[in-house]
Amino acid sequence: MLDKVKPHFQEGGRLHAFHSVYDGFETFLFTPKSTSTSGTHIHDSMDSKRTMIIVVMALVPCLLFGMYNAGYQHWVAIGAVEKPFLSLMLYGFLAVLPKLVVAYVVGLGIEFAVAQWRKEEIQEGFLVTGILIPLICPVDTPLWMIAVATAFSVIFVKEVFGGTGYNIFNVALVTRAFLFFAYPAKMSGDKVFVSTDAIAGLGEGTVVDTFTGATPLGQVAVQAGEETVRITSTVGDTVTTSDMFFGLIPGSFGETSTLCILIGAAILLFAGIASWRIIVSVFAGGAVMSLIANAFSTPEYPASMLSVADQLCLGGFAFAAVFMATDPVTACRTNVGKYIYGFLIGAVAIIIRVYNNGYPEGAMLAVLLMNAFAPLIDWCVVQSNVRRRERRLKLKITDNE
Amino acid sequence: MSRKLTIRKGLDIKMAGGLTDLAAVDAPRSASFAVIPDDFNGFVPKPAVKEGDRVKAGDPLLFDKRDSELKLVSPVSGTVEAIVRGERRKILRVVVTPDADGASDRAVFQRGEDEASVRRLLKNSGLWAMMRQRPYDIVPNPESVPRDIFVTAIDSAPLAACPAAYYNDSEALEAAVAMLAMTTRGKIYVGRRSDSGIADIKGVEMVDVGGPHPAGNAGVLIANIAPVNKGETVWTLDLATLWRIGRLALTGSVDFTDYVALTGSEVVKPKVWKTVIGATVGSLTGGQLAADGRHQRIISGNVLTGVTVAADGYIRYPYRQITVIPEGDDVDEFMGWASLSPRKMSESRTFPGKFFGKMFRPDARLLGGRRAFIMSGEYDRYMPMDIMPEYLLKAIIGRDIEKMEKLGIYEVAPEDFALGEYADTSKTEAQKIVREGLDYLRKELE
Repeated sequence: MLDKVKPHFQEGGRLHAFHSVYDGFETFLFTPKSTSTSGTHIHDSMDSKRTMIIVVMALVPCLLFGMYNAGYQHWVAIGAVEKPFLSLMLYGFLAVLPKLVVAYVVGLGIEFAVAQWRKEEIQEGFLVTGILIPLICPVDTPLWMIAVATAFSVIFVKEVFGGTGYNIFNVALVTRAFLFFAYPAKMSGDKVFVSTDAIAGLGEGTVVDTFTGATPLGQVAVQAGEETVRITSTVGDTVTTSDMFFGLIPGSFGETSTLCILIGAAILLFAGIASWRIIVSVFAGGAVMSLIANAFSTPEYPASMLSVADQLCLGGFAFAAVFMATDPVTACRTNVGKYIYGFLIGAVAIIIRVYNNGYPEGAMLAVLLMNAFAPLIDWCVVQSNVRRRERRLKLKITDNE
Repeated sequence: MSRKLTIRKGLDIKMAGGLTDLAAVDAPRSASFAVIPDDFNGFVPKPAVKEGDRVKAGDPLLFDKRDSELKLVSPVSGTVEAIVRGERRKILRVVVTPDADGASDRAVFQRGEDEASVRRLLKNSGLWAMMRQRPYDIVPNPESVPRDIFVTAIDSAPLAACPAAYYNDSEALEAAVAMLAMTTRGKIYVGRRSDSGIADIKGVEMVDVGGPHPAGNAGVLIANIAPVNKGETVWTLDLATLWRIGRLALTGSVDFTDYVALTGSEVVKPKVWKTVIGATVGSLTGGQLAADGRHQRIISGNVLTGVTVAADGYIRYPYRQITVIPEGDDVDEFMGWASLSPRKMSESRTFPGKFFGKMFRPDARLLGGRRAFIMSGEYDRYMPMDIMPEYLLKAIIGRDIEKMEKLGIYEVAPEDFALGEYADTSKTEAQKIVREGLDYLRKELE
């Protein structure tokens, strides 16, 4: 079938304008028959399509849990005693589906157009970005905002630099940051993290009087001056560390369950796609900084009183460690650099979280900040290799004299 | 004297079509022989003969424009059949038809005992051109004086035959070392497998190299013993060349006997042929390949660094191996990137073949689209050298000479990037990039 329509897409065919799109579908469906013309005659079966799809698969546990949690939070908010599993899932599914569709349509649309314009093959980088975007946004983010932010970051963060593999900043995170800074009123506080409206007749009910939709970190940030920090659910129950670990708390759609994130991490590490160096050192950096904050805890900065476990489980920290910091394009590329990069992300995330009450969460900013520094860290590591070589040469010259 | 070197970064690719029997079998007589100047990067060819001339084995066919002593010689005695030229009169190959009776009339070389005459002897006999120098991975410059000389007595490449089985003649090796020692003030190193049976050679530092491919690459030996600094030159050669130098020293003429492993999944019964350098591919593959109707790719060399040759072509330098694998352009594979088939060859744990596969039958497909560098560290994993391969590749692509020098381009050859190129998910043509980079650098600096 594809072979039959192929002539239309080739040079001179009437659908040539969509050549990249055709190509994208053909290489997606059938392994290209192009064989090696230089260098090695055989190639590993791993390619970037498979790489990206594995990352998407690793995100599925977070996505599924996010659906459940979106429903769960809604049912809690309306004060329901019974929480039927299927209804919760369906509610969450309906909540996230439009965002997924919007992110993919806008992002892939731009990618397809740019690929066609540059006469290049369509690249698969956005497959991952497209699912990340809904996962790191609050459940009630308006669709048009997601569309605008996605378009902005795909164009200005990725395509202007040359496309997949050339971007400096993580595209999904810039989308999130764009939303955060462009629509601060809408994107923080206690309105967006729990969906309070019924969707397609599901979850009808009025929100209970005691409801407050703030995330745990959002609550902590406004408790300056108090002796202890209190974290409560949307209806006032105490939240334990295990709640934070399993993730039945308000937060961005896919970020709340540390358990699901760790399942994703296991998939990525097994597949050898994410760097264990980065993941381990982000958690290490976060833990060390939390301990330091604990040691100098003060009511002025209430988040400094959170335990290490709470710090690592709350907010977007774990998600950033596993899925954001490990983006190979924007992270450090040298092995030594990866340790430094990861550690600093962990430490900076906690610093922002603890010592700036204006920003309840620092993981996103920490990753973006370190994205900017990654080339510098790598440069230093590469420079040590260069210096080793120069020293060797100098030694040689003095030897000969 | 011997030392140990164990390689950890590397990979032995599990491929079907390996040798089960190392015993060499006499190959059918080749109807013609060819010398292909392209195999000798850095050699500037000028014909030394005309079509129809009679030559003995060891007589020059081509000489180097820069130094008329440096020659490529005929591997057999016979008649020069053709000097084939391509675009802009570039010499593609010189073809020699051997004498009908099969008798090999050999040119005899005089050897002197001083350095200058040894160098002249190596150049005249064609054996100089069988060596390589770093930097640039080319035929050693006519004037070059090596800091050290590195000999690899290991072929760790996929499906390769162990050279020690054919060229382990200690008398010849010692004679060769005695002669080579006159060309350098440095050391001669020989990298061998500890179980290869190659005895210690007087005046040589033997290196027992353990670990997977690229354990047999000269670059690994150099990088781990005495890396090449800017301004230095080292020579590299394989065991076969060392043996030929030794035979030359002992007998006064060059022995062009050549042991070629015919391997690969498309070969019915892999074997080692005893033939002569420059023989036709057909004389080695005739009747040996699977008649399964699939397109086949015949590679002179191994699957990582070899060159594709036509079925009616000639075996190419370094004359060690022919590998035949399926071409793969006649395969329809539905959504191959999602495949869970245990027959897919990969180093990724996402393919079941990584755990269950025994011997793979890879074809020549790229198995993916070309991309920018996305995943990091893929080249580092397979490069047991103190080099930052990704950064070096980027410096080469950017044609930034200063950066290339700083990152150690003088230490590498394209073959050092071959395993990384195999594993690269972005399907970068790393060896081609490095080759072009080395040629560019040489053009700019010489």
